[in-house]
Amino acid sequence: MDSNLRREIILDNYQNPTNRGLVNDDSYLKVNTNSESCIDNLDFMMKIEDNKVKDICFDGEACAISTSASSILIRSLIGKSVDEVRNILENYKKMINEEDYDKDLLGELNVYDTLQPNRKNCALLPSVAIDKMLGSVRDGRKN
Amino acid sequence: MNREDFPMLNQDIVYFDNGATTLKPKVVIEKMMEYYQEYTSNIHRGDYDAAIKTNEAYDGVRKIVAHFVNCKPEEVIFTSGTTMSINTVVFSYMRKHLHKGDEVILSKAEHASNVLPWLKLSEELGVVIKYAPLDSNMELKVESIEKTITEKTKVISIAHVSNVIGDVRDIKAIGKLCSEKGIIFNVDGAQSVPHMKVDFKDSNIDFLSFSAHKMCGPTGVGVLVAKEELMDEMTPLCFGGGMNQTFEVDGSYELKTGPSKFEAGTPPIAEVIGMGEAIKYLEKIGMENIHKNEVELKKFLVSELEKIPNIILYNTNSNSGILAFNIDGVFAQDSSVYLNSYNIYVRAGNHCAKILKDEMKIKNTVRVSLYLYNNKEDVLKLIEVLKRSADIFKVVI
Repeated sequence: MDSNLRREIILDNYQNPTNRGLVNDDSYLKVNTNSESCIDNLDFMMKIEDNKVKDICFDGEACAISTSASSILIRSLIGKSVDEVRNILENYKKMINEEDYDKDLLGELNVYDTLQPNRKNCALLPSVAIDKMLGSVRDGRKN
Repeated sequence: MNREDFPMLNQDIVYFDNGATTLKPKVVIEKMMEYYQEYTSNIHRGDYDAAIKTNEAYDGVRKIVAHFVNCKPEEVIFTSGTTMSINTVVFSYMRKHLHKGDEVILSKAEHASNVLPWLKLSEELGVVIKYAPLDSNMELKVESIEKTITEKTKVISIAHVSNVIGDVRDIKAIGKLCSEKGIIFNVDGAQSVPHMKVDFKDSNIDFLSFSAHKMCGPTGVGVLVAKEELMDEMTPLCFGGGMNQTFEVDGSYELKTGPSKFEAGTPPIAEVIGMGEAIKYLEKIGMENIHKNEVELKKFLVSELEKIPNIILYNTNSNSGILAFNIDGVFAQDSSVYLNSYNIYVRAGNHCAKILKDEMKIKNTVRVSLYLYNNKEDVLKLIEVLKRSADIFKVVI
Protein backbone atom coordinates (compact mmCIF):
# COMPACT_ATOMS: atom_id res chain seq x y z
CA MET A 1 0.00 0.00 0.00
CA ASP A 2 1.13 3.53 -0.77
CA SER A 3 2.64 4.96 2.40
CA ASN A 4 0.81 8.29 2.07
CA LEU A 5 -2.55 6.55 1.79
CA ARG A 6 -1.67 4.29 4.71
CA ARG A 7 -0.76 7.30 6.84
CA GLU A 8 -3.91 9.14 5.81
CA ILE A 9 -6.15 6.22 6.82
CA ILE A 10 -4.39 5.72 10.17
CA LEU A 11 -4.37 9.44 10.97
CA ASP A 12 -8.01 9.88 10.03
CA ASN A 13 -8.99 7.01 12.31
CA TYR A 14 -6.82 8.38 15.10
CA GLN A 15 -8.30 11.86 14.91
CA ASN A 16 -11.88 10.82 14.21
CA PRO A 17 -12.23 7.31 15.58
CA THR A 18 -15.33 5.23 15.00
CA ASN A 19 -17.50 4.67 18.08
CA ARG A 20 -15.28 6.43 20.58
CA GLY A 21 -17.23 6.86 23.79
CA LEU A 22 -18.79 4.19 25.99
CA VAL A 23 -22.49 3.54 26.44
CA ASN A 24 -24.48 3.14 29.63
CA ASP A 25 -26.06 -0.20 28.84
CA ASP A 26 -25.80 -3.37 30.95
CA SER A 27 -26.45 -5.63 27.98
CA TYR A 28 -22.93 -4.87 26.71
CA LEU A 29 -19.85 -6.90 27.57
CA LYS A 30 -17.05 -4.76 28.98
CA VAL A 31 -13.30 -5.10 29.24
CA ASN A 32 -10.33 -2.88 30.10
CA THR A 33 -6.96 -3.32 28.46
CA ASN A 34 -4.35 -1.70 30.58
CA SER A 35 -1.50 -2.76 28.37
CA GLU A 36 1.25 -4.59 30.17
CA SER A 37 3.82 -3.71 27.56
CA CYS A 38 3.10 0.00 27.21
CA ILE A 39 0.97 2.85 28.52
CA ASP A 40 -2.16 2.46 26.39
CA ASN A 41 -5.26 2.19 28.53
CA LEU A 42 -8.54 1.57 26.70
CA ASP A 43 -11.98 0.32 27.70
CA PHE A 44 -14.05 -1.65 25.20
CA MET A 45 -17.75 -2.53 25.18
CA MET A 46 -19.47 -5.00 22.86
CA LYS A 47 -23.06 -6.06 22.33
CA ILE A 48 -23.76 -9.52 20.94
CA GLU A 49 -27.28 -10.51 19.91
CA ASP A 50 -28.43 -13.62 18.03
CA ASN A 51 -24.80 -14.69 17.68
CA LYS A 52 -23.98 -11.42 15.89
CA VAL A 53 -21.86 -8.48 16.93
CA LYS A 54 -24.37 -5.63 17.03
CA ASP A 55 -22.10 -2.93 18.39
CA ILE A 56 -18.60 -2.24 19.72
CA CYS A 57 -17.36 1.00 21.25
CA PHE A 58 -14.25 2.08 23.11
CA ASP A 59 -12.69 4.93 25.06
CA GLY A 60 -9.53 5.83 26.93
CA GLU A 61 -6.00 7.08 26.46
CA ALA A 62 -3.80 5.48 23.82
CA CYS A 63 -1.32 6.13 21.03
CA ALA A 64 -2.08 6.75 17.37
CA ILE A 65 -1.65 3.10 16.40
CA SER A 66 -3.83 1.63 19.19
CA THR A 67 -6.55 4.22 18.74
CA SER A 68 -6.73 3.97 14.95
CA ALA A 69 -6.56 0.16 15.03
CA SER A 70 -9.46 0.12 17.50
CA SER A 71 -11.46 2.34 15.18
CA ILE A 72 -10.81 0.33 12.01
CA LEU A 73 -11.23 -3.03 13.74
CA ILE A 74 -14.54 -2.00 15.24
CA ARG A 75 -15.83 -0.97 11.79
CA SER A 76 -14.67 -4.26 10.32
CA LEU A 77 -16.43 -6.36 12.96
CA ILE A 78 -19.81 -4.75 13.54
CA GLY A 79 -22.58 -6.76 11.86
CA LYS A 80 -20.50 -9.94 11.56
CA SER A 81 -21.32 -13.26 13.20
CA VAL A 82 -19.23 -14.37 16.16
CA ASP A 83 -17.47 -16.98 14.00
CA GLU A 84 -16.68 -14.41 11.33
CA VAL A 85 -15.31 -12.08 13.99
CA ARG A 86 -13.07 -14.85 15.35
CA ASN A 87 -11.77 -15.53 11.85
CA ILE A 88 -11.00 -11.85 11.19
CA LEU A 89 -9.24 -11.50 14.55
CA GLU A 90 -7.18 -14.59 13.90
CA ASN A 91 -6.07 -13.35 10.50
CA TYR A 92 -5.42 -9.88 11.88
CA LYS A 93 -3.10 -11.32 14.54
CA LYS A 94 -1.32 -13.40 11.94
CA MET A 95 -0.74 -10.30 9.82
CA ILE A 96 0.68 -8.33 12.75
CA ASN A 97 2.92 -11.26 13.67
CA GLU A 98 4.13 -11.53 10.08
CA GLU A 99 2.60 -14.96 9.44
CA ASP A 100 0.58 -16.03 6.36
CA TYR A 101 -2.92 -14.59 6.41
CA ASP A 102 -5.96 -13.93 4.25
CA LYS A 103 -5.31 -10.45 2.87
CA ASP A 104 -8.71 -10.10 1.21
CA LEU A 105 -10.52 -10.77 4.46
CA LEU A 106 -8.89 -7.84 6.27
CA GLY A 107 -9.64 -4.96 3.88
CA GLU A 108 -8.70 -1.63 5.47
CA LEU A 109 -6.90 -3.41 8.33
CA ASN A 110 -4.11 -4.14 5.86
CA VAL A 111 -2.71 -0.68 6.71
CA TYR A 112 -0.98 -2.38 9.67
CA ASP A 113 0.86 -4.99 7.60
CA THR A 114 4.29 -3.41 8.11
CA LEU A 115 4.71 -2.21 11.68
CA GLN A 116 7.88 -1.59 13.64
CA PRO A 117 8.35 -4.31 16.30
CA ASN A 118 7.66 -1.89 19.17
CA ARG A 119 4.26 -0.93 17.67
CA LYS A 120 2.92 -4.47 17.23
CA ASN A 121 1.40 -4.62 20.69
CA CYS A 122 -0.27 -1.26 20.06
CA ALA A 123 -2.01 -2.65 16.99
CA LEU A 124 -2.90 -5.90 18.76
CA LEU A 125 -4.45 -4.18 21.76
CA PRO A 126 -8.05 -3.92 20.41
CA SER A 127 -7.97 -7.50 19.12
CA VAL A 128 -6.85 -8.75 22.55
CA ALA A 129 -9.72 -6.83 24.14
CA ILE A 130 -12.35 -8.18 21.76
CA ASP A 131 -10.93 -11.68 22.10
CA LYS A 132 -11.29 -11.41 25.86
CA MET A 133 -14.94 -10.44 25.55
CA LEU A 134 -15.59 -13.30 23.12
CA GLY A 135 -13.87 -15.64 25.56
CA SER A 136 -16.23 -14.58 28.29
CA VAL A 137 -19.17 -15.34 25.97
CA ARG A 138 -17.79 -18.83 25.42
CA ASP A 139 -17.25 -19.32 29.15
CA GLY A 140 -20.78 -18.14 29.84
CA ARG A 141 -19.55 -15.16 31.87
CA LYS A 142 -20.69 -11.66 31.19
CA ASN A 143 -17.66 -9.68 32.32
CA MET B 1 31.35 16.60 30.43
CA ASN B 2 33.47 13.44 30.03
CA ARG B 3 31.57 12.32 26.93
CA GLU B 4 34.62 10.54 25.57
CA ASP B 5 34.47 8.08 28.50
CA PHE B 6 31.17 6.56 27.28
CA PRO B 7 31.37 4.11 24.34
CA MET B 8 27.58 4.35 23.76
CA LEU B 9 28.03 8.00 22.81
CA ASN B 10 30.15 7.02 19.81
CA GLN B 11 26.79 6.42 18.18
CA ASP B 12 24.88 9.44 17.03
CA ILE B 13 22.36 9.43 19.88
CA VAL B 14 21.01 11.86 22.44
CA TYR B 15 20.48 9.86 25.61
CA PHE B 16 17.89 11.51 27.85
CA ASP B 17 16.60 8.47 29.77
CA ASN B 18 18.99 8.61 32.71
CA GLY B 19 16.21 8.31 35.27
CA ALA B 20 15.66 4.79 33.92
CA THR B 21 19.31 3.82 33.59
CA THR B 22 22.59 5.50 32.74
CA LEU B 23 25.32 4.81 30.22
CA LYS B 24 28.46 3.05 31.43
CA PRO B 25 31.94 4.53 31.21
CA LYS B 26 34.74 2.40 29.80
CA VAL B 27 36.52 2.17 33.16
CA VAL B 28 33.53 0.40 34.72
CA ILE B 29 33.16 -2.05 31.84
CA GLU B 30 36.89 -2.78 31.90
CA LYS B 31 36.95 -3.25 35.67
CA MET B 32 34.28 -5.94 35.38
CA MET B 33 36.03 -7.58 32.43
CA GLU B 34 39.23 -7.64 34.43
CA TYR B 35 37.50 -9.76 37.09
CA TYR B 36 36.14 -12.13 34.46
CA GLN B 37 39.39 -12.38 32.53
CA GLU B 38 42.04 -12.25 35.27
CA TYR B 39 40.79 -13.37 38.67
CA THR B 40 37.40 -15.09 38.42
CA SER B 41 36.68 -16.91 41.69
CA ASN B 42 34.03 -16.99 44.37
CA ILE B 43 34.13 -14.90 47.51
CA HIS B 44 34.53 -15.97 51.15
CA ARG B 45 35.84 -19.51 50.68
CA GLY B 46 39.04 -19.73 48.67
CA ASP B 47 42.64 -19.69 49.89
CA TYR B 48 44.21 -19.19 46.49
CA ASP B 49 45.46 -15.89 45.06
CA ALA B 50 42.52 -15.14 42.77
CA ALA B 51 39.99 -15.80 45.55
CA ILE B 52 41.89 -13.57 47.96
CA LYS B 53 41.93 -10.82 45.36
CA THR B 54 38.19 -11.24 44.72
CA ASN B 55 37.44 -11.05 48.44
CA GLU B 56 39.41 -7.86 48.78
CA ALA B 57 37.81 -6.30 45.71
CA TYR B 58 34.27 -7.27 46.77
CA ASP B 59 34.48 -6.22 50.41
CA GLY B 60 36.53 -3.17 49.45
CA VAL B 61 33.43 -1.77 47.75
CA ARG B 62 31.74 -1.44 51.16
CA LYS B 63 34.41 1.09 52.09
CA ILE B 64 33.95 2.93 48.78
CA VAL B 65 30.17 3.12 49.34
CA ALA B 66 30.70 4.19 52.97
CA HIS B 67 32.91 7.06 51.91
CA PHE B 68 30.47 8.01 49.15
CA VAL B 69 27.35 8.39 51.32
CA ASN B 70 29.00 8.87 54.73
CA CYS B 71 28.09 5.70 56.58
CA LYS B 72 30.07 2.84 58.12
CA PRO B 73 31.27 0.00 55.84
CA GLU B 74 29.46 -2.43 58.18
CA GLU B 75 26.20 -0.67 57.32
CA VAL B 76 26.44 -1.43 53.58
CA ILE B 77 24.35 -4.37 52.31
CA PHE B 78 24.65 -5.28 48.64
CA THR B 79 21.28 -6.00 47.04
CA SER B 80 19.99 -6.41 43.49
CA GLY B 81 18.95 -2.76 43.41
CA THR B 82 16.68 -0.16 44.98
CA THR B 83 13.56 -2.32 44.71
CA MET B 84 15.18 -5.18 46.60
CA SER B 85 16.63 -2.74 49.12
CA ILE B 86 13.25 -1.21 49.95
CA ASN B 87 11.61 -4.65 50.07
CA THR B 88 14.31 -5.70 52.54
CA VAL B 89 13.54 -2.70 54.74
CA VAL B 90 9.82 -3.44 54.68
CA PHE B 91 9.89 -7.21 55.06
CA SER B 92 13.10 -7.74 57.09
CA TYR B 93 12.63 -4.95 59.56
CA MET B 94 9.20 -3.31 59.41
CA ARG B 95 7.23 -6.55 59.33
CA LYS B 96 8.68 -7.36 62.77
CA HIS B 97 8.39 -3.91 64.25
CA LEU B 98 5.05 -2.51 63.05
CA HIS B 99 1.62 -3.35 64.39
CA LYS B 100 -2.01 -2.82 63.46
CA GLY B 101 -2.90 0.88 63.43
CA ASP B 102 0.71 2.11 63.17
CA GLU B 103 1.03 4.81 60.51
CA VAL B 104 3.46 5.02 57.59
CA ILE B 105 3.83 8.31 55.71
CA LEU B 106 4.45 8.23 51.95
CA SER B 107 3.63 10.68 49.16
CA LYS B 108 1.56 10.14 46.02
CA ALA B 109 4.63 10.88 43.90
CA GLU B 110 6.50 7.78 45.06
CA HIS B 111 7.77 5.10 42.68
CA ALA B 112 5.96 1.73 42.71
CA SER B 113 8.84 0.20 44.68
CA ASN B 114 8.20 2.57 47.56
CA VAL B 115 4.43 2.04 47.54
CA LEU B 116 3.65 -1.60 46.77
CA PRO B 117 5.76 -3.19 49.56
CA TRP B 118 3.90 -0.93 52.01
CA LEU B 119 0.51 -1.85 50.52
CA LYS B 120 1.42 -5.51 50.99
CA LEU B 121 2.50 -4.89 54.59
CA SER B 122 -0.67 -2.94 55.23
CA GLU B 123 -2.68 -5.89 53.91
CA GLU B 124 -0.76 -8.27 56.21
CA LEU B 125 -0.61 -6.23 59.41
CA GLY B 126 -3.29 -3.57 59.16
CA VAL B 127 -0.68 -0.82 59.08
CA VAL B 128 -2.21 2.52 57.96
CA ILE B 129 -0.68 4.33 54.97
CA LYS B 130 -0.98 8.10 54.89
CA TYR B 131 -0.02 10.24 51.92
CA ALA B 132 1.52 13.61 52.80
CA PRO B 133 -0.12 16.10 50.39
CA LEU B 134 1.91 17.57 47.52
CA ASP B 135 1.89 21.34 46.93
CA SER B 136 0.55 23.01 43.77
CA ASN B 137 3.85 22.28 41.98
CA MET B 138 3.47 18.58 42.85
CA GLU B 139 6.36 18.93 45.28
CA LEU B 140 6.64 17.44 48.76
CA LYS B 141 7.59 19.94 51.44
CA VAL B 142 8.68 19.38 55.05
CA GLU B 143 5.64 21.28 56.36
CA SER B 144 3.31 18.85 54.63
CA ILE B 145 5.05 15.89 56.24
CA GLU B 146 5.05 17.63 59.61
CA LYS B 147 1.27 18.14 59.38
CA THR B 148 0.71 14.48 58.48
CA ILE B 149 2.62 13.16 61.48
CA THR B 150 0.50 11.91 64.39
CA GLU B 151 1.44 10.07 67.57
CA LYS B 152 0.88 6.84 65.62
CA THR B 153 3.44 7.65 62.92
CA LYS B 154 6.19 5.06 62.98
CA VAL B 155 7.83 5.45 59.57
CA ILE B 156 8.38 8.13 56.93
CA SER B 157 9.33 6.56 53.62
CA ILE B 158 10.01 8.90 50.71
CA ALA B 159 12.24 9.40 47.71
CA HIS B 160 14.96 12.02 48.16
CA VAL B 161 14.30 13.11 44.55
CA SER B 162 11.00 12.10 42.93
CA ASN B 163 11.38 10.36 39.59
CA VAL B 164 8.66 12.27 37.70
CA ILE B 165 8.66 15.77 39.20
CA GLY B 166 12.32 15.73 40.21
CA ASP B 167 11.77 17.80 43.34
CA VAL B 168 14.58 17.51 45.85
CA ARG B 169 13.05 16.85 49.26
CA ASP B 170 14.72 18.43 52.27
CA ILE B 171 15.87 15.16 53.80
CA LYS B 172 18.04 16.86 56.38
CA ALA B 173 15.05 18.64 57.89
CA ILE B 174 12.84 15.55 57.61
CA GLY B 175 15.56 13.40 59.17
CA LYS B 176 15.84 15.83 62.08
CA LEU B 177 12.09 15.67 62.56
CA CYS B 178 12.20 11.87 62.52
CA SER B 179 15.00 11.60 65.06
CA GLU B 180 13.25 14.07 67.40
CA LYS B 181 10.01 12.11 67.25
CA GLY B 182 11.48 8.58 67.20
CA ILE B 183 10.21 7.87 63.66
CA ILE B 184 12.09 5.56 61.30
CA PHE B 185 13.30 7.46 58.22
CA ASN B 186 13.50 5.36 55.05
CA VAL B 187 14.95 7.15 52.00
CA ASP B 188 14.69 5.99 48.39
CA GLY B 189 17.88 7.44 46.94
CA ALA B 190 17.55 5.97 43.44
CA GLN B 191 17.22 9.40 41.79
CA SER B 192 19.43 11.38 44.18
CA VAL B 193 22.53 9.37 45.11
CA PRO B 194 23.69 9.29 41.44
CA HIS B 195 23.24 13.04 41.05
CA MET B 196 24.19 14.87 44.25
CA LYS B 197 26.02 14.45 47.54
CA VAL B 198 23.87 12.42 49.94
CA ASP B 199 24.94 12.19 53.58
CA PHE B 200 23.45 9.22 55.43
CA LYS B 201 24.70 10.17 58.86
CA ASP B 202 24.21 13.91 58.68
CA SER B 203 20.62 13.52 57.42
CA ASN B 204 19.71 11.11 60.25
CA ILE B 205 18.64 8.46 57.77
CA ASP B 206 17.83 4.99 59.09
CA PHE B 207 17.66 3.18 55.74
CA LEU B 208 18.96 4.41 52.37
CA SER B 209 18.47 2.56 49.07
CA PHE B 210 19.98 3.09 45.62
CA SER B 211 20.93 1.25 42.41
CA ALA B 212 24.29 1.07 40.65
CA HIS B 213 22.91 1.14 37.11
CA LYS B 214 21.47 4.62 37.59
CA MET B 215 24.94 5.95 38.42
CA CYS B 216 27.22 4.67 35.65
CA GLY B 217 27.42 1.21 37.20
CA PRO B 218 26.19 -2.21 36.08
CA THR B 219 22.65 -3.58 36.30
CA GLY B 220 21.67 -6.15 38.92
CA VAL B 221 23.30 -4.55 41.93
CA GLY B 222 22.47 -1.87 44.44
CA VAL B 223 22.84 -0.93 48.05
CA LEU B 224 20.83 -0.83 51.24
CA VAL B 225 22.51 1.23 53.90
CA ALA B 226 21.00 0.21 57.23
CA LYS B 227 21.86 1.85 60.53
CA GLU B 228 23.97 -0.65 62.45
CA GLU B 229 21.68 -1.05 65.46
CA LEU B 230 18.66 -1.60 63.17
CA MET B 231 20.51 -4.13 61.03
CA ASP B 232 20.96 -6.36 64.08
CA GLU B 233 17.18 -6.57 64.40
CA MET B 234 16.53 -7.50 60.77
CA THR B 235 15.59 -11.02 59.68
CA PRO B 236 17.06 -11.98 56.31
CA LEU B 237 14.67 -12.69 53.44
CA CYS B 238 17.02 -15.26 51.93
CA PHE B 239 18.79 -18.13 53.70
CA GLY B 240 21.70 -20.18 52.38
CA GLY B 241 25.43 -20.20 51.86
CA GLY B 242 27.61 -17.29 52.91
CA MET B 243 25.19 -15.97 55.54
CA ASN B 244 25.37 -18.61 58.27
CA GLN B 245 27.95 -19.50 60.95
CA THR B 246 26.70 -23.01 61.69
CA PHE B 247 23.66 -25.24 61.28
CA GLU B 248 23.05 -28.66 62.81
CA VAL B 249 20.78 -31.67 62.34
CA ASP B 250 19.01 -30.83 65.59
CA GLY B 251 17.63 -27.76 63.84
CA SER B 252 19.85 -25.21 65.49
CA TYR B 253 21.64 -22.63 63.42
CA GLU B 254 23.54 -19.41 63.86
CA LEU B 255 23.67 -16.62 61.31
CA LYS B 256 26.52 -14.29 60.52
CA THR B 257 26.31 -10.76 61.81
CA GLY B 258 26.56 -7.62 59.71
CA PRO B 259 25.75 -7.19 56.03
CA SER B 260 26.80 -10.73 55.00
CA LYS B 261 23.69 -12.01 56.77
CA PHE B 262 21.62 -10.47 53.94
CA GLU B 263 23.75 -11.70 51.04
CA ALA B 264 22.95 -15.41 50.82
CA GLY B 265 24.32 -17.33 47.86
CA THR B 266 26.94 -16.18 45.38
CA PRO B 267 26.38 -12.46 44.92
CA PRO B 268 26.84 -10.53 41.66
CA ILE B 269 30.60 -10.21 42.24
CA ALA B 270 31.57 -8.54 38.97
CA GLU B 271 28.70 -6.09 39.36
CA VAL B 272 29.65 -5.14 42.92
CA ILE B 273 33.22 -4.52 41.76
CA GLY B 274 31.86 -2.51 38.82
CA MET B 275 29.70 -0.46 41.17
CA GLY B 276 32.77 0.40 43.24
CA GLU B 277 34.53 1.64 40.13
CA ALA B 278 31.47 3.68 39.10
CA ILE B 279 31.45 5.42 42.48
CA LYS B 280 35.16 6.18 42.22
CA TYR B 281 34.51 7.58 38.74
CA LEU B 282 31.71 9.87 40.01
CA GLU B 283 33.75 11.04 42.99
CA LYS B 284 36.62 11.95 40.69
CA ILE B 285 34.32 14.24 38.71
CA GLY B 286 32.75 15.49 41.95
CA MET B 287 29.10 15.19 42.94
CA GLU B 288 28.81 18.98 43.26
CA ASN B 289 29.96 19.39 39.65
CA ILE B 290 27.58 16.71 38.43
CA HIS B 291 24.61 18.32 40.19
CA LYS B 292 25.54 21.84 39.08
CA ASN B 293 25.86 20.74 35.45
CA GLU B 294 22.46 19.04 35.49
CA VAL B 295 20.63 21.92 37.14
CA GLU B 296 22.15 24.46 34.74
CA LEU B 297 21.35 22.28 31.76
CA LYS B 298 17.76 21.83 32.94
CA LYS B 299 17.38 25.62 33.21
CA PHE B 300 18.63 25.95 29.65
CA LEU B 301 16.28 23.17 28.51
CA VAL B 302 13.29 24.83 30.20
CA SER B 303 14.10 28.26 28.77
CA GLU B 304 14.35 26.81 25.26
CA LEU B 305 11.22 24.68 25.57
CA GLU B 306 9.21 27.63 26.86
CA LYS B 307 9.80 29.31 23.50
CA ILE B 308 7.90 26.52 21.70
CA PRO B 309 4.17 27.25 21.87
CA ASN B 310 2.74 23.71 21.73
CA ILE B 311 4.89 22.27 24.52
CA ILE B 312 3.30 21.81 27.95
CA LEU B 313 5.82 21.72 30.81
CA TYR B 314 4.98 20.21 34.19
CA ASN B 315 7.87 20.75 36.60
CA THR B 316 10.02 23.67 35.54
CA ASN B 317 11.03 24.63 39.09
CA SER B 318 12.42 21.43 40.55
CA ASN B 319 16.10 21.60 41.32
CA SER B 320 17.28 18.47 39.51
CA GLY B 321 17.84 17.16 36.00
CA ILE B 322 14.32 15.79 35.52
CA LEU B 323 11.73 17.43 33.27
CA ALA B 324 8.29 16.13 32.28
CA PHE B 325 6.43 17.56 29.28
CA ASN B 326 3.92 16.81 26.55
CA ILE B 327 3.42 18.02 23.00
CA ASP B 328 -0.07 19.53 23.10
CA GLY B 329 -2.63 17.05 21.77
CA VAL B 330 -0.12 14.25 21.26
CA PHE B 331 -0.06 11.04 23.32
CA ALA B 332 3.26 10.75 25.19
CA GLN B 333 4.19 7.47 23.55
CA ASP B 334 3.73 8.92 20.06
CA SER B 335 6.04 11.76 21.09
CA SER B 336 8.74 9.37 22.23
CA VAL B 337 8.42 7.31 19.04
CA TYR B 338 8.78 10.56 17.10
CA LEU B 339 11.91 11.59 19.03
CA ASN B 340 13.37 8.12 18.60
CA SER B 341 13.25 8.54 14.84
CA TYR B 342 15.78 11.36 15.35
CA ASN B 343 17.86 9.20 17.73
CA ILE B 344 16.68 11.09 20.80
CA TYR B 345 15.99 8.66 23.63
CA VAL B 346 13.39 9.74 26.17
CA ARG B 347 10.82 7.92 28.27
CA ALA B 348 7.03 8.12 27.90
CA GLY B 349 4.57 6.96 30.50
CA ASN B 350 3.63 7.32 34.12
CA HIS B 351 7.21 6.50 35.16
CA CYS B 352 6.02 3.88 37.67
CA ALA B 353 4.43 6.60 39.82
CA LYS B 354 0.90 5.42 39.11
CA ILE B 355 -0.91 7.26 41.88
CA LEU B 356 0.58 10.62 40.92
CA LYS B 357 -2.08 10.87 38.19
CA ASP B 358 -4.67 11.69 40.88
CA GLU B 359 -2.72 14.85 41.66
CA MET B 360 -1.40 15.80 38.22
CA LYS B 361 -4.70 15.18 36.39
CA ILE B 362 -2.59 13.76 33.59
CA LYS B 363 -1.52 10.16 33.35
CA ASN B 364 1.34 10.12 30.91
CA THR B 365 4.21 12.43 30.13
CA VAL B 366 7.44 12.49 28.18
CA ARG B 367 10.35 12.60 30.59
CA VAL B 368 13.81 13.98 29.93
CA SER B 369 16.27 13.01 32.66
CA LEU B 370 19.78 14.41 32.40
CA TYR B 371 23.18 13.18 33.47
CA LEU B 372 26.76 14.32 33.48
CA TYR B 373 27.43 13.58 29.80
CA ASN B 374 24.45 15.57 28.49
CA ASN B 375 25.26 18.99 27.07
CA LYS B 376 23.74 21.99 25.34
CA GLU B 377 24.10 20.35 21.93
CA ASP B 378 21.85 17.52 23.13
CA VAL B 379 19.26 20.04 24.30
CA LEU B 380 19.43 22.02 21.06
CA LYS B 381 18.90 18.88 19.01
CA LEU B 382 15.76 18.09 21.03
CA ILE B 383 14.54 21.66 20.62
CA GLU B 384 15.09 21.61 16.88
CA VAL B 385 13.16 18.36 16.47
CA LEU B 386 10.30 19.52 18.73
CA LYS B 387 10.04 22.81 16.83
CA ARG B 388 9.11 20.96 13.68
CA SER B 389 6.82 18.48 15.40
CA ALA B 390 3.83 19.71 13.36
CA ASP B 391 4.66 16.83 11.02
CA ILE B 392 4.85 14.33 13.90
CA PHE B 393 2.34 11.87 12.45
CA LYS B 394 4.13 11.78 9.12
CA VAL B 395 7.11 10.47 11.05
CA VAL B 396 5.35 8.30 13.60
CA ILE B 397 2.92 6.49 11.30
